[in-house]
Amino acid sequence: MPASNELLERSAAEIAAAVNERRVSAAEVTRATLERVVATEPNVGAYLTVLAEAALAEAASVDRRVAQGERLPLAGVPLAVKDNMCLTGSRTTCGSKILEQWIAPYTSTAVARMLAAGAIPIGKTNCDEFAMGSSCENSALGITRNPYDLLRVPGGSSGGSAAAVAAFEAAIGLGSDTGGSIREPGAFCGVVGFKPTYGRVSRYGLIAFASSLDQIGPLTRTVEDAALTYDAMAGFDPMDATSVQEPVEPAAPALRDDLHGLRVGIVREFDPGALGGAMDALYRAAYAGLERLGAELVEVSLPTAEYGVATYYLIAPAECSSNLARFDGVRYGLRVAGRDVRGMYDATRAAGFGEEVKRRILIGTHALSSGYYDAYYVRAQKARTLIADDFRGAFASCDLIACPAASCPAFRFGAKSDPYSMYLMDYYTIPMSLAGLPAISVPCGWVQPPDGNEPLPIGLQLCGPLFAERLLLGAAHAYERATNHRATHAPLAQRLTA
Amino acid sequence: MNERYEPVIGIECHVELKTATKMFCGCCNEFGGEPNTKICPVCLGLPGALPVPNRRAIEHIVTVGVAFGSTIAEFSKFDRKNYFYPDMPKDYQISQYDMPVAAGGSVKYWTEDGELRECRLTRVHLEEDTGKSTHAGSTDGRIAGSEYSLIDFNRAGVPLMECVSEPDLRSAQEAVAYLEALRRTLLALGVSDVKMEEGSLRCDANVSVRPVGSSSYGTKTEIKNMNSFRSVERAIASEVARQIAIVESGGRIEQETRGWDEINGVTHSMRSKEEAHDYRYFPDPDLVPLEISPAEVRRVTQTLPELPAQRFERYTARYSIAPRQTAQLIDNPALAGYFERVLALGARPAQAINFVLGDLSRLANETGVAVAESAVTPEYLSGVIALVEDRRITSKVAKDVLARCWHGEGAPAAIVEREGLARQSDTGALVPLVDQMLAAHPAVVADYRAGKQNVLGFLVGQVMKASRGTADPVVVKELLNERLSSG
Repeated sequence: MPASNELLERSAAEIAAAVNERRVSAAEVTRATLERVVATEPNVGAYLTVLAEAALAEAASVDRRVAQGERLPLAGVPLAVKDNMCLTGSRTTCGSKILEQWIAPYTSTAVARMLAAGAIPIGKTNCDEFAMGSSCENSALGITRNPYDLLRVPGGSSGGSAAAVAAFEAAIGLGSDTGGSIREPGAFCGVVGFKPTYGRVSRYGLIAFASSLDQIGPLTRTVEDAALTYDAMAGFDPMDATSVQEPVEPAAPALRDDLHGLRVGIVREFDPGALGGAMDALYRAAYAGLERLGAELVEVSLPTAEYGVATYYLIAPAECSSNLARFDGVRYGLRVAGRDVRGMYDATRAAGFGEEVKRRILIGTHALSSGYYDAYYVRAQKARTLIADDFRGAFASCDLIACPAASCPAFRFGAKSDPYSMYLMDYYTIPMSLAGLPAISVPCGWVQPPDGNEPLPIGLQLCGPLFAERLLLGAAHAYERATNHRATHAPLAQRLTA
Repeated sequence: MNERYEPVIGIECHVELKTATKMFCGCCNEFGGEPNTKICPVCLGLPGALPVPNRRAIEHIVTVGVAFGSTIAEFSKFDRKNYFYPDMPKDYQISQYDMPVAAGGSVKYWTEDGELRECRLTRVHLEEDTGKSTHAGSTDGRIAGSEYSLIDFNRAGVPLMECVSEPDLRSAQEAVAYLEALRRTLLALGVSDVKMEEGSLRCDANVSVRPVGSSSYGTKTEIKNMNSFRSVERAIASEVARQIAIVESGGRIEQETRGWDEINGVTHSMRSKEEAHDYRYFPDPDLVPLEISPAEVRRVTQTLPELPAQRFERYTARYSIAPRQTAQLIDNPALAGYFERVLALGARPAQAINFVLGDLSRLANETGVAVAESAVTPEYLSGVIALVEDRRITSKVAKDVLARCWHGEGAPAAIVEREGLARQSDTGALVPLVDQMLAAHPAVVADYRAGKQNVLGFLVGQVMKASRGTADPVVVKELLNERLSSG
């Protein structure tokens, strides 16, 4: 059968089943996806690079493997890869002018494992430059629009992958989450965004923003697909010294339909009342929904979580100021000539980096400089420890924590023009990142914004203790099955494409 | 040197460690090769690449620390040292800041007259090496005036040990003696080739002067660009003289980095303290903390070989071997091993050392075969020594027998037997030989009788020669004396 748009709108699990059972070929799915991309991209702009040739070649290889009797968990599943992950032969830009023409000569471990599982790399998706931002507006190379309202941002920094999955231009999007960069765009685009425990998925080949926080994870339309992606990517990698040795138990077989016996912590300091009437009502309904599924709600406290943003904006820029030093025009990427080496560095970096990247390099350089190191960097590390301790304390009385994924739905382009208001977008996601915890955002309803016609998706964030991915994905699956919020509204981009 | 001032010197060394692969990637760690052939995404610092520490390099540092009696940190970490430099791929160097693998300890070295001294160590830590730049188009190979620069990253990421001494050295000679001891020890431990000419040992010196008797330190300068032990000695001596001259004339020493100019024999200012980098050290988030268990330290301690300083002490104190000869043996571990085997077979050290460093080393030079590889096994040498000790051959014959052994003529006793080289002390057999020589050299005999007694040696030599060295020189001398005075 030819791969219809209908199949492309199914889950990754269903596409893989169809390919494994040879009801459709990976090549057919890939061709249909590429057509869909051509039709949708003018509205959405999720991709920076479409890898038609590589995708078709990969599809042919998957079809051969399936024909030889292999069953691949992600056979023929169209995959969108955030453009900060290396894939041999593909342009890998990080949404930055400084890498605009850089072709990666090697493949990141996470992407390699996805390809080994049968996924087809459709293209590289837009993101905030070097993953620094919450709206994709910091990309130097393109604009990505929210598939539910083209006047709004898709969130960020993994906005391209979130939009691609929401607009059916891929079934799975790979994102990276440093302070919320998977969970927030997931919430904004009405899809599932999952950040595993720090160290679960290898960072080898992920272009670093903040090494102690960066974690690769999936953006998918179902929790099951997130679990399948996690199962394909997670596990120790000898190429990443921070990847954990802890054995990975597959999460997909542990998905459940109820929350009986689970205690879900509601964070006292994260009162959704602060988010206004509509959001407040949605979150209260979501918590009630968890209770109806059998969970026992308990109040927990994270007293230091309010220092998360301040802590994060010392640690992440400090690391980025060092991580981004290598973009100097000497070996690869953009080079702008200067009078001498120093001049070349200055001219290259001045022309190659955008405003936000420069701001963070400056903040980080300052935080690490002699005389300020103890006051900023060391204190931030102490605060980070306290925040992690708070979570440990909370998990003594609950199994999971539930809270908002973001403080608002997708906003209009330019609405958060001052950096600090943009930083606050990650208020609910940063503490988990600092503590290295696994967290997921799942659609939990819709709000009608006063300044738009389209209803906008809202995400519920669930967070578990370190390495509790199975429990977390299982619970998110139960909530998703019971509520199925995604079914309520079709994305505008889908309607326009049809 | 001005005797009212005392130089105070500390040495900072960078040593490339001998490992199969680089510090943080699987690339081959080997000197040289076509430029940029031993590289990968990790040591090139490509976007997204991550470092994974080389366990062997860490073991090497632990070994060095244990050997020098340093305290090995149970818990250590890697830090990033941030600064921009074209041959440093990531524009930061992975190094260690406040928690080095090894701290304290000391290097024992000895002076030319054989006195053992000690220089305390501040710390020993692990880091990665940089690439190498070549500047083309300038007359002197420097970056100034060059048209373009080429970078070879083969060396980038090679494991590098930094070893910092306390300012315990008091002369340029001591500094070199310290470096020699350090080099010998690292060779003995097998952790590095320690070749200054290949850059696997590089060192900087911190130099200051103070009035003799003072306990505080003067302002120091750091001397760079020294490419041999000889240039270390010259550079330090020159810098000490420069500083003393400044202080003498009422001037002030500036804290700065100075480069050694080999051709003109002077140091010149490179950068002042104000221009010093702020390296913004912080723990490398790509690497997890290092844990070194006491069990590992114990294992290393137990497998440590005898160190050069210990061997020096043993040879000079127990065997009474001269310091210069001891140093020769320590610098040639294979030869030292050979020597030890000869001793184990019962030879006296004083005898053995003379043959090993004398006749055998000369034969080795002539034939290009190492002593330990030659046909003269330790058993053969000890056999020759025993023959001499038992007065069965003369020491002159011993040389001949050894040469024959060397050239594959068989065992010493067999050679002596076959060639009739046994010592002749029988007067009856020697008298005809003595008389023959006296008859052959009437002029010499006349000289002797005229009072030139020193010609006796010549006559002894002639008899020895005629006997192919077998004649007992003492007996020959007695016979000659007898004959000349009686006649």
